[in-house]
Amino acid sequence: MIGTDRIEKAAFDIMCKAAIDIPQDYLTGIKGMIDLEKGDLSAFVLQSMVENWEAATEDRRPMCADTGLPRYYVKVGDKAKLPDGFVALERALRSATARATTDVPLRPNRVHPLWRNDHNNNVGLNAPEVEWSFEPEVDWIDITTVHKGGLFGSDYRMLFPGDGIDGIKRFFLDTLIAFGKRGLACQPAIVGVGVGGSKDTCMQLGKQAACLRVVGDRNPDPKIAALEDELKELGNNIGMGPMGFVGSSMVVDCHIEAGFTHTGGMPVSVHTFCLSSRRATARIHADGSIEYRTDPRWFTPYMRRETIGWETPAETSSASA
Amino acid sequence: MGNPGRDLKRVRLKLPATPEDIAALEPGMIVFLDGIVYTAREGAYKRVLEDGEPLPEGLAELSNVNFHCSPAAAPDGEGGYRVGGVTATASFRFSKWMAEWLERTGTRIVIGKGGMTREDYANILVPRGAVYLTTVGYGTGALLGRGIVGVHAVHWLDELGIAQAMWMFRVENFGPFIVDSDLQGNSLFASHGDRVNQRLEALYEGLKPPALHRYGETDDRRKEVM
Repeated sequence: MIGTDRIEKAAFDIMCKAAIDIPQDYLTGIKGMIDLEKGDLSAFVLQSMVENWEAATEDRRPMCADTGLPRYYVKVGDKAKLPDGFVALERALRSATARATTDVPLRPNRVHPLWRNDHNNNVGLNAPEVEWSFEPEVDWIDITTVHKGGLFGSDYRMLFPGDGIDGIKRFFLDTLIAFGKRGLACQPAIVGVGVGGSKDTCMQLGKQAACLRVVGDRNPDPKIAALEDELKELGNNIGMGPMGFVGSSMVVDCHIEAGFTHTGGMPVSVHTFCLSSRRATARIHADGSIEYRTDPRWFTPYMRRETIGWETPAETSSASA
Repeated sequence: MGNPGRDLKRVRLKLPATPEDIAALEPGMIVFLDGIVYTAREGAYKRVLEDGEPLPEGLAELSNVNFHCSPAAAPDGEGGYRVGGVTATASFRFSKWMAEWLERTGTRIVIGKGGMTREDYANILVPRGAVYLTTVGYGTGALLGRGIVGVHAVHWLDELGIAQAMWMFRVENFGPFIVDSDLQGNSLFASHGDRVNQRLEALYEGLKPPALHRYGETDDRRKEVM
């Protein structure tokens, strides 16, 4: 039984962790980039970021004052029991967001898009977003928060099958160059690419690829994994580093997620996470205990299923073979 | 690699900055500040320049540094404020207000994210004796937060909210910032952009353009989208 008080606590704690503590996978990735960076200003920027993350953790203050748009990804085990129901869960997520805004503090970024009024708590119309997924055979709930800025670094384009991989590469370069200049994209970042689906799915997959997979992770499809490596190298070969200075540090890692799409089209989206890569996950077990981590483990084999049914992973792989 | 950026010039400025101090700044220098820095962005600009609200009294004597930023701040329950971190916001959006703002306030240093265009430096900042400093990385919110030792005053908090209010921060060893533009209008961002642009043609070589173009699309990657 997972009570609402545990959910609120977990959601509040991950809000704090995401805002303050740099995920280890990203930090390791950046330190590797500093060693390779030949641009003196680019290297200075990366070194300053490392010092900034150390200061944030020491002082328990946000890494970046633009604490982005806090939001949630919830994965519910098929066997999880929520006595208070799902509406109570969503209410707890909103309450934790408001509490974290005052207590961390987070910047109250959320305003009405037209009237610009601010509730000063990052809660409002359609905010924070909560995305749901399910996991077979387990009784826990995973709650992940992502704090991502939202102004620059993402784009969508409808390409066509004839545009092929060239089309994806061009669009990838276009997005990184357009938003990389002057560092508007807050690079070097984990770059997510969504391919396929409907327009909205394409955007969603690319964003989740950027924000919910860790540095070093590869897509289980070996050909997509190879394309991830290729795009990463392409991005780092632009000649641009952090803040758009001359350098080689643009893409800490590239993650691609695909979805079945219209037979005539190949929609593509590109998303850059940022120099703070703010994500944190809590797993609430059936006994109410909470474990924290920085790898959301969002894309499970069940999430990436291709078949009609879902019985066992072995059955699925033999069906698609 | 040893100590990244060890060859970059560093300077620490007392605020309000003197014309001599400002004249000595060169693109690419690393700067730290002591004194008072104020925040102002679209909310404050509209209030003063469009709605005719008077500037806070004595602004020019206190500070000549406008930071394009909104802090992560919250009331501390004792009548003051707790500032967690500060990070700049992109400055190019504010250029339509900057000329009049610099004249009205006597501001000589603009700090923000991403700089402004060469044209804006030549037409707006240079004639008014002002230079542009950029924050580092975007953002070093925690390092900059450490540099804020107190809130001297906050204006229009109720009217504009935490993010848009005019905060006057007392700062010590506040930085790092990098000089983007100098009094001649040279720009670090622009010169690095030029160098990056030289490689672009080779980068796209052999990649065929997509079947469907976009209305209004430019294929010239040397251009900026801002």
